[in-house]
Amino acid sequence: MNEQLAAKNKKLITKLLALVGGMCLFVVALVPLYNVFCEITGINGKTRGQALYENVEIDKKRVVTIEFLTNINRGMPWEFGSTMKSIEVHPGELNEVRFYAKNRSKFDIVGQTVPSVSPGEAALYLNKTECFCFDKQRLTAGEEVEMPMKFYIDADIPEDISRLTLSYQLFNVTDAAEAGSVATK
Amino acid sequence: MAIRRKLIAGIASLLSVMLSGVVQATSELNMRPGVTETSIEAYNLHMMVIWVMVGISVVVFGAMFYSFIFHRKSKHPTPATFSHSTMVEAIWTAIPILILIFLTIPAVSLLIKMEDASKPEMSIQVTGSQWKWHYKYLEDDIEFFSNLSTPREQYEDYNSDAKARGENYLLEVDNELIIPINTKVRFLVTADDVIHSWWVPDLAVKKDAIPGFINETWTNVPTPGTYRGQCTELCGKDHGFMPVVVKAVSKADYAKWVADKNAERVAAEKAAAAAAAASWDMDKLMVLGKKTYDEKCASCHKVDGSGIAGAFPALKGSAVATGPIVEHMNIVVNGKQGTSMAAYSKQLTDAEMAAVITYERNAWGNSTGDTVQPADIQAFKAGKQ
Amino acid sequence: MSDHHPTGITRWLYTTNHKDIGSMYLWFSFIMFLVGGAMAMVIRAELYQPGLQFVEPNFFNQMTTMHGLIMVFGAVMPSMVGLANWLIPMMIGAPDMALPRMNNWSFWILPFAFTLLLLSFTMEGGAPNFGWTFYAPLSTTYGPASTDFFILGVHMMGISSIMGAINVIVTVFNMRAPGMTLMKMPLFVWTWLITAFLLIMVMPVLAGTVTMMLTDRHFGTSFFDAAGGGDPVMFQHIFWFFGHPEVYIMILPAFGVVSEIIPAFSRKKLFGYSSMVYATASIALLSFIVWAHHMFTVGMPLAGELFFMIATMLIAVPTGVKVFNWVATMWQGSLTFETPMLFSIAFVILFTIGGFSGVMLAMAPVDFQYHDTYFVVAHFHYVLFPGAIFGTTAAVYYWLPKWTGKMYNEKVGKIHFWLSMIFVNLTFFPMHFSGLAGMPRRIPDYNMMFADFNMWASIGAFGLGLTQIFFLVTIVMAIRGGKKSEEKQWDGATGLEWDALPSPAPYHTFSTPPKVD
Repeated sequence: MNEQLAAKNKKLITKLLALVGGMCLFVVALVPLYNVFCEITGINGKTRGQALYENVEIDKKRVVTIEFLTNINRGMPWEFGSTMKSIEVHPGELNEVRFYAKNRSKFDIVGQTVPSVSPGEAALYLNKTECFCFDKQRLTAGEEVEMPMKFYIDADIPEDISRLTLSYQLFNVTDAAEAGSVATK
Repeated sequence: MAIRRKLIAGIASLLSVMLSGVVQATSELNMRPGVTETSIEAYNLHMMVIWVMVGISVVVFGAMFYSFIFHRKSKHPTPATFSHSTMVEAIWTAIPILILIFLTIPAVSLLIKMEDASKPEMSIQVTGSQWKWHYKYLEDDIEFFSNLSTPREQYEDYNSDAKARGENYLLEVDNELIIPINTKVRFLVTADDVIHSWWVPDLAVKKDAIPGFINETWTNVPTPGTYRGQCTELCGKDHGFMPVVVKAVSKADYAKWVADKNAERVAAEKAAAAAAAASWDMDKLMVLGKKTYDEKCASCHKVDGSGIAGAFPALKGSAVATGPIVEHMNIVVNGKQGTSMAAYSKQLTDAEMAAVITYERNAWGNSTGDTVQPADIQAFKAGKQ
Repeated sequence: MSDHHPTGITRWLYTTNHKDIGSMYLWFSFIMFLVGGAMAMVIRAELYQPGLQFVEPNFFNQMTTMHGLIMVFGAVMPSMVGLANWLIPMMIGAPDMALPRMNNWSFWILPFAFTLLLLSFTMEGGAPNFGWTFYAPLSTTYGPASTDFFILGVHMMGISSIMGAINVIVTVFNMRAPGMTLMKMPLFVWTWLITAFLLIMVMPVLAGTVTMMLTDRHFGTSFFDAAGGGDPVMFQHIFWFFGHPEVYIMILPAFGVVSEIIPAFSRKKLFGYSSMVYATASIALLSFIVWAHHMFTVGMPLAGELFFMIATMLIAVPTGVKVFNWVATMWQGSLTFETPMLFSIAFVILFTIGGFSGVMLAMAPVDFQYHDTYFVVAHFHYVLFPGAIFGTTAAVYYWLPKWTGKMYNEKVGKIHFWLSMIFVNLTFFPMHFSGLAGMPRRIPDYNMMFADFNMWASIGAFGLGLTQIFFLVTIVMAIRGGKKSEEKQWDGATGLEWDALPSPAPYHTFSTPPKVD
């Protein structure tokens, strides 16, 4: 093969390898991209991190109903529930709902609750200022706790959303916590 | 020319016979229209698309068959030489676009309707597990598991000895989901292990059940009846064995069912308390234990306790079944995270759990001599053991 | 042009010759086709009647999973690469592929990758059993031990595909004979060029997906695990971002094959060459923005469902253009119906039927009733079997005389065609009905209302399986004892490989580039 062709080939191969490399970077970037996209649009029902309650206007003309669901994942010997099935709030108003959890087993266990909102778009407008879901919870054997959750609904929540469901699923993350991945509360 | 006319007439009549046959046979060959407004609209859209596709095929395949007959080399020895025509290409690009627009408009409107779960009159949480459904009525505080009720003897046919199968083979459950007619019912669908999918064809409701996330969908059934569906997302071994059965009843019947269910729960609590208070002897435990084991556990762990290597641990000679009782109770009561071993505390009574653990600790040569009382299970669940 | 070549087993181990490598790819893909087909026979045997007669549900899931993986990655994709290797250099007047030594590696990775994958049957817990689409968390948290071997196998296949794709692009861009402009290339070369770009873009995404699976399984990450803040639905988005272009990777080369064969047997130039090029490119571009039509029931917001529905329906337009162009090529031509033409015609008709069920599936509100049922299985088997595989079969019959200098027996070829035609439809058409009646995918047993459809599908499948043996015998008989072919076997054929090369083509061709006007 002549040198000219070899040189041309080398240039093109380099470009193509760069494209392959670029797509590798792209797939790595897909993960944070997906999370950012979901956070901005709220469309997968995941709620955002801790919010602040400052200078929030209350819309007394509207009422939004929030329902609470709790699920316990397999292998998690806790009781977990909310003290109220649902609450009616005005958008912009700060409210508190109490949840309870009890470690029925004889071992210390670390739990993590994962929230999910339906309809997914409503997640964008649910702002939690205090939530047990922000951290892992360690309960010693037999320990029982009350866990408050404070939140407000954005005043600019669309007119057609008058009810949303907030579901918490509780997972046993003792192994992961012991491995030291995230600090526990 | 006479041949050409006869041929065209022949093809036309053949096609119309086929089409009329299709129309007549549609009940068996076709998707069912179902009973809800959305399922019927979906069916209509489905039929409209089919007719459009039939129309397109008549034209396109018709042209092809025409060529096969009249442009074959023996009949048409000199091929034409054209190989492009911008006008023709523009037309057959534009027409499909128009057809697609025509199909999209009703599709968009139906989709918006189907995804509108607002203003429901009642809500039911649907949780998929390996390999059963769990239903929880949020307003009426009723919850139960819904398991396949077709007996194993009907589906295991490895020795060509399966028992006769009923009409609802693999589509029947122990506890059906009862809902009232003419009520907008919202379903909040989730899962507690892998992804499942909840589908009832007659209602045109299908929603994936995703662990850690909640999805919502809805239905409003105008006609009383029993509607059967299946799990539609591969979820492991018994994916084909976790049906969905919804029974729509009149509002009056629904109210009565709610009252009955509440009474049942009270009675069951009393019975469980009585059983817990009583002391069970080994024989009584082994009888109930074997029955429970064969019904609930043998599907994975096998009737002889040998399991499936790498998938479902053998119980015969296992460390759990011959080791500390507390560990054994923990796995049965709470399940094992990250595996298909479910938490049976909600699915079995204390007596059944005590019996099955006793059975597992004494069967197949395990011979620990241990007995577990219903009271022991109760104490364990309360954190006292 | 020289015909001197090495001999013995080292010839095949060390070869850098595109013809040898092409043959190895084709034989390898056929072996994989038979292996995947054997698994299909197990599936159809179990589904022949209601009840579990032969296999346990967990093993059945291993069959469906491995059938899919082997057919997609071991049969269809390598067969297309085999055709590329044999044909692209000859069609553009190049002496070989641009990177002959990398070409050797691209091939030899595959037997290792598939041995690894198939050995997983012997592992505790069995082979992968979570579907060829391996959704998390079934494949991560709940996957058997063999899942990690599956991941390694996928990485190996991916590297092979990426290297092969780079080879194709460099060859086509840099090694065309003088006078062979891009718009003068045979359409097969165009479709492979576009396929190669698709491969380069999406195989890294697949590699990323399985790597994330690996770290979730063993290195404490939670990409797809809700407990750790991850999202199982993200798995599906990332997988199908690869998965949808993947299905076009599997079909575009077959479009190219058919675009060579139909003009040859119509004795008429391909209608609308430039539209065919643009249509193929549009299909490739659009394939990147439709992935979530595999996920309509996952709980996507309305806006997403609408976007993906409309984008998916758009793909029907360039695809339709291609079908119309093939029909227009035949129109007013002078047609004969040798075996390659029969398979190509069947491709056009049956792929179009698969396309119709595709348009139906695109309509999201009705897809809720079709998704994850046998209706989908019918759709993709129509576009893959009478689609991709008939395309490859047509190619083998068409170019066999060029490759081997021998002709297959035309009567026997036609029998193979009619057997295939009858059995492929008998196998897969009833699946439309069982899906519409409500039968989900990936189940080993079913209610009586699905029994008749399954029985017919199984009968068809057994026939279809036997037909492949018939195909093998036909080809072996031709290669070993067939009549000597003409130099230009097909009077309507055009292209450098037919006009400028003898049959069989010598081991080294176009050492001096031909002049193309």
